[in-house]
Amino acid sequence: MLTLENVSAGYGTFQALFGVSLEVRAGEAVAVIGPNGAGKTSLLRVISKVIPLNGGHIAMEGQSLDSVPAHRVIELGIAHVPEHRRLFPRLTVEENLRMGAFINGARSRFDERLAFVYELFPRMKERRHQLAGTMSGGEQQMCAIGRGLMSGPKLLLLDEPSAGLAPVIVQQVFDLVRRIRQEGYTVLIVEQNIQQVLKVVDRAYLLEVGRIKMSGASQELLENDEVRRAYIGL
Amino acid sequence: MDASTSRNLTILKGAGLAAILAFPLLGFSDYVLHIAISILLWGFVYTGWSVMGRFGLVSLGHGAFLGIGAYGTTMLWNLAGLTPWIGIPLSVLASAILGLLIGLPCFRFRITGHYFALVTLALTEVARLLIVALRDTTGGSLGVTPVGVVSPEDPVSLYALQFASKTVWFYIIVGVWLVGLLIWRAVDRSMMRYAMEAISQEEDAAASLGVHVTRTKLTVTVISAAMTAFGGAVYGQYQQYINPETVSGIAISLQIVFAVIAGGMFVQLGPTVGAVITLLLGEGLRLGFGHEFHGLDVTVYGLMLVLFIIYMPRGVLGKAVEVMAARGSRPGTPSPQPGE
Repeated sequence: MLTLENVSAGYGTFQALFGVSLEVRAGEAVAVIGPNGAGKTSLLRVISKVIPLNGGHIAMEGQSLDSVPAHRVIELGIAHVPEHRRLFPRLTVEENLRMGAFINGARSRFDERLAFVYELFPRMKERRHQLAGTMSGGEQQMCAIGRGLMSGPKLLLLDEPSAGLAPVIVQQVFDLVRRIRQEGYTVLIVEQNIQQVLKVVDRAYLLEVGRIKMSGASQELLENDEVRRAYIGL
Repeated sequence: MDASTSRNLTILKGAGLAAILAFPLLGFSDYVLHIAISILLWGFVYTGWSVMGRFGLVSLGHGAFLGIGAYGTTMLWNLAGLTPWIGIPLSVLASAILGLLIGLPCFRFRITGHYFALVTLALTEVARLLIVALRDTTGGSLGVTPVGVVSPEDPVSLYALQFASKTVWFYIIVGVWLVGLLIWRAVDRSMMRYAMEAISQEEDAAASLGVHVTRTKLTVTVISAAMTAFGGAVYGQYQQYINPETVSGIAISLQIVFAVIAGGMFVQLGPTVGAVITLLLGEGLRLGFGHEFHGLDVTVYGLMLVLFIIYMPRGVLGKAVEVMAARGSRPGTPSPQPGE
């Protein structure tokens, strides 16, 4: 579904990614794991073209993303749930969800998808008139994922959904990711919480200083000595 | 809003409009009529500013657009004999193009907030200096009068868009003002409004959701610039005199911003309330103190601006709406939160 070939990207003169190649197949959940500053967030940002692609190729279902501007990526079925949620804090929950269905193809199906998101997250229905910025971190994460689903994407990019949340809530967030998988979405997730995320996904890539260092089925990585020593602390 | 408050609001609006339309029939002096016309005309200009200002695109340069509208129309009439019916659209178009030219690089390179304000501040001063420098054609800082064609015997010229009667002007400008309010409401109810709010709160997230950030910002900028230029052109026709200080430069640009902040930029009539406040304040100070204390009005504006930003960041009307909403909501139902 999504393929990255030799992708390089960065910010001005700072290069964050060096020739990254990876693939996400339809129906899969794939994680990109790695330490702080490895380039995980940059990877998702270049896929959604928020930062420019400096080299290599990205394609979604065979269609090149190389020269597609940021605001058209979503039309190809890619929804980005960014790091730190990036909700619109002074819009209500429902207005945030409305923005999720901003693209032309999504507006006519707004009611139907809103009902779906409210069914998935009943809490969001209770809070629909509340300003997004006034909710707790876990609720904001639900809202951000809900906003991502509103465009009816095929592929969901999740950037550190567990970041900054209390341990109990982190557990809930991973349950959420599991549910989204069951709904049939393809998921590319970036996480620092390696032990948890590897239990949710099928495969994972290990990213270090902007390069893919290792990849494999999540069970393999969980059992890999190097990964266990460096990232899980066992 | 439930059905009865919505009906009450419609009745209130109708009554307000009827009162405005009946105003010139009440036998007020030309001076009072002039104040009313000025309030509505500036109310229109301020409404134009708030179309972009409410989304955090704070322009301190609307004097440039105002100047293009006023000087463009007057110069085309005086020098080329072109009727304002053509001159006004041309000036408005020129202003919209300037809005594009200044907006495109700013938005493309993400110049926002204070930096955007500074860029626009420079723009208005450049406009004023240009008008002064081109004194051979523009009349410089002495200002200029559109060549008059009306007289007491022949008080109406539709071709020159000149009318001797203040009553005629009053009704024209009521129309202009109403159109301004309709544009404001159209923007307020459009998806563009959500897009702009999203952009002003989280630009990258908005882009990822499919919002063409640059184009959306340019659209509101062009609407705002065009409205302001139109207001400037009508101002020149009505006053029959313009000078660089009154239609361009920093002072008028800041006055626009102050008035909108004072009235409230998030409610439809906020900018008009701002016009009432600034004009009555200006006239009050002028009548009370004459020209004895030069610069007194600007000092008072400055002081009030500080007070407004601290105590009423949503303006007089915004605050009033907020208080009424808080009073109207029953305990247990969450009232809409202020956006600050």
